[in-house]
Amino acid sequence: MKLSNLKIGEKGTIMAFTDLDLSVKLMEMGCLPGEVVEVERFAPLGDPMAIRVAGYQLCLRKSEADVIIIQ
Amino acid sequence: MDIKVALVGNPNTGKSTLFNRLTGLNQKIGNFPGITVDKKTGFMKLPDGKEAEVIDLPGTYSLYPKSNDESIVFQVLADKTNSSFPDVIVLIADASNLKRNLLLFSQVADLGIPMILVLNMIDLSEKQGTKINLIELAQRLGVQVVSISARNNIGIDKLKQAITNMNKVATQLQDVDVNVLAPEAINAIKSKLNTDNDYYALQVLHQHEYLGFFTQQEQNEIEEIEQAHHFESSKIQAAETIARYKHLGSVLSGVVTETKTTEKFATNNKLDAILTHKVWGFAIFLFILFNIFNAIFAWSTYPMAWIESGFSFVTEVGHNYLPQGMLTDLVLDGVIAGLGGIFIFIPQIAILFAFISVLEDTGYMARVTFMMDKIMSKVGLNGKSVVPMIGGLACAVPSIMAARNIENWKDRIITIMVTPLISCSARLPVYILIISLIIPSQKVLGIFNLQGLALMVMYLVGIIAAVLVALVMKFIIKTKERAYFIMELPIYRMPRWKNVLFTMYEKSKTFVFEAGKVIIAISIILWVMASFGPGNRFENIEKKYAPALADTTKPTTHIETLMASEKLENSYVGILGHWIEPAIRPLGYDWKIGIGLITSFAAREAFVGTMATIYSVDGGDEDTSTIRERMASSVNNQTGLPVYSFATGISLMLFYAFAMQCMSTVAIVYRETKGWKWPIIQLVYMTAMAYVAALIAYQLLK
Repeated sequence: MKLSNLKIGEKGTIMAFTDLDLSVKLMEMGCLPGEVVEVERFAPLGDPMAIRVAGYQLCLRKSEADVIIIQ
Repeated sequence: MDIKVALVGNPNTGKSTLFNRLTGLNQKIGNFPGITVDKKTGFMKLPDGKEAEVIDLPGTYSLYPKSNDESIVFQVLADKTNSSFPDVIVLIADASNLKRNLLLFSQVADLGIPMILVLNMIDLSEKQGTKINLIELAQRLGVQVVSISARNNIGIDKLKQAITNMNKVATQLQDVDVNVLAPEAINAIKSKLNTDNDYYALQVLHQHEYLGFFTQQEQNEIEEIEQAHHFESSKIQAAETIARYKHLGSVLSGVVTETKTTEKFATNNKLDAILTHKVWGFAIFLFILFNIFNAIFAWSTYPMAWIESGFSFVTEVGHNYLPQGMLTDLVLDGVIAGLGGIFIFIPQIAILFAFISVLEDTGYMARVTFMMDKIMSKVGLNGKSVVPMIGGLACAVPSIMAARNIENWKDRIITIMVTPLISCSARLPVYILIISLIIPSQKVLGIFNLQGLALMVMYLVGIIAAVLVALVMKFIIKTKERAYFIMELPIYRMPRWKNVLFTMYEKSKTFVFEAGKVIIAISIILWVMASFGPGNRFENIEKKYAPALADTTKPTTHIETLMASEKLENSYVGILGHWIEPAIRPLGYDWKIGIGLITSFAAREAFVGTMATIYSVDGGDEDTSTIRERMASSVNNQTGLPVYSFATGISLMLFYAFAMQCMSTVAIVYRETKGWKWPIIQLVYMTAMAYVAALIAYQLLK
């Protein structure tokens, strides 16, 4: 499942990325395979979204959350 | 200088706060040699009496750059001949988010420069229940570890002592073997560059295009090595990142213990639920914006009036007591009038920057970015464009520089192109002067000042224009690069009031010195041009009025005014103003406004100084009323109507809202885009927009 499919409050574990270039950026920000992510909120207009990962809050667009495969 | 210290760290780790703590007011901003990125340096005394130079490098999450600013970090650390190359690297990490922060540490450590690890915000992370075994961590990493709180001034002395104790040789342990990632290519680079550092060689493979110290031939050779060994940059970066995190996981296991993770972000979440709420979030944002405008207008009234009357007092006293003559006139009507035109805006600039500084400091600005990204991306911008655009309310120059944080080229170019449309503080004097002439000072609904509302409308006009132009450019500019928006949302914090005061002081100073130079120079040139005319025109005018002035039985004030006015019309400036009059007549302007347009081409705020000069020459010496009153009472000789009618005023304000009258902005856009293409496009489109808008407004309203 994609990270962008999660609803607010739902958690998932990062399994893989579907985009190599974005994966480097995301991993540098703490989104590593095996990390647990939790969706905290969506911006007022539905995009971007804020997630809790590696002990801090990260925001990213849904199109970027699409490349993160979670379980 | 005894030792050079570079500060390196992730964004939002308190790097700049620490920099200010270490160096105090003893700092300066310049450019890195050969590159246009800001270089912040400062000086500090160490406990053993030695002096250290501190260099604040741009915040970054890794050594792999995503923007121009970030690429500086490796450029400086890779080049031993760079004047900023440090003896010691102080890596600042957020104690409450150690794992991610140590990714950068482990990359920098592998470059083999002596290092200290600083854990900042230690008080905060302890309160959140994070316990860090510093001694164990220091042993596992092989470097000194110092825990501090830069905000609360805890541990700064310990850090200075650690820098004093520093070895000349790097002691950090190297546990991640990067050589396995691309052994052939790395070994080829190592023998080519005669280095034994695997990670340096790997980084050169990734980033050599950024490294200006390599010759063209060396660049080609590195490129050949890349090709020969099929070096796949992204894949290797990903593998490296995973390897480093794996290693850090084992370093941190048993070193960091968290006791109460769940409540860690409770307050933050409650605040976010309100501040980024669908309805309340935007309402609060608009409320804050409106209050900023209101404050700029309302709070500055008294200090501005004091400055204004102070300067007119000095001019009056000067004319009464100094010997009459050209030099006195030059000083009082040229220089002092120009200075008055600069100092009057200090209150407003200070207030605006106080607000911006508080919004950034508290972490609210990041939430604005988060909320606005969707809207901004619709018009071809990015949530990160909000900061340059809000900064554009103060001055386009630093804001255009702030656009460097936008990683995507197209988003960045569009932000740069539209930021000067946002009404900056230089337009404020023009708006205020004209609003005070054409809009009555009344209360609406009992609270809002009508003039304040008019000002807000002018700001909205700028914002709407910026959005529309961005939208047009979104479809014109083509790019292959993909846009992304990945950003940390820092936790909410109290603003640092000292920092707010420092920003207010610094920005006001920059304005006075940077804009001031232009304005004073223009004031003097103008005074000269207004005080002399070609040939013997001035003599003829004096001859014409001599008999009337010689008649001592009648008061001469009126005749003197007439003579001064005729002289001005025949001066160089008057001739120039008359010359462009046909072009600006359809906009509702006379030749005096024409002069203002010419002089403020270099900098908008010069308009007010110009009017001051023109009308103080025009009014004669005895008239000590302020420029504002003189302008309000000026009448068109042909029609007998006031020069500053409603239609002319609106037309003039629209012209100033859109026209690119700022040499500094042109220069900064040239610098940031590295060419004349974009500054010229900007100059042309903005001037054309200004003329058309002013023309339509005047023709409809007259």
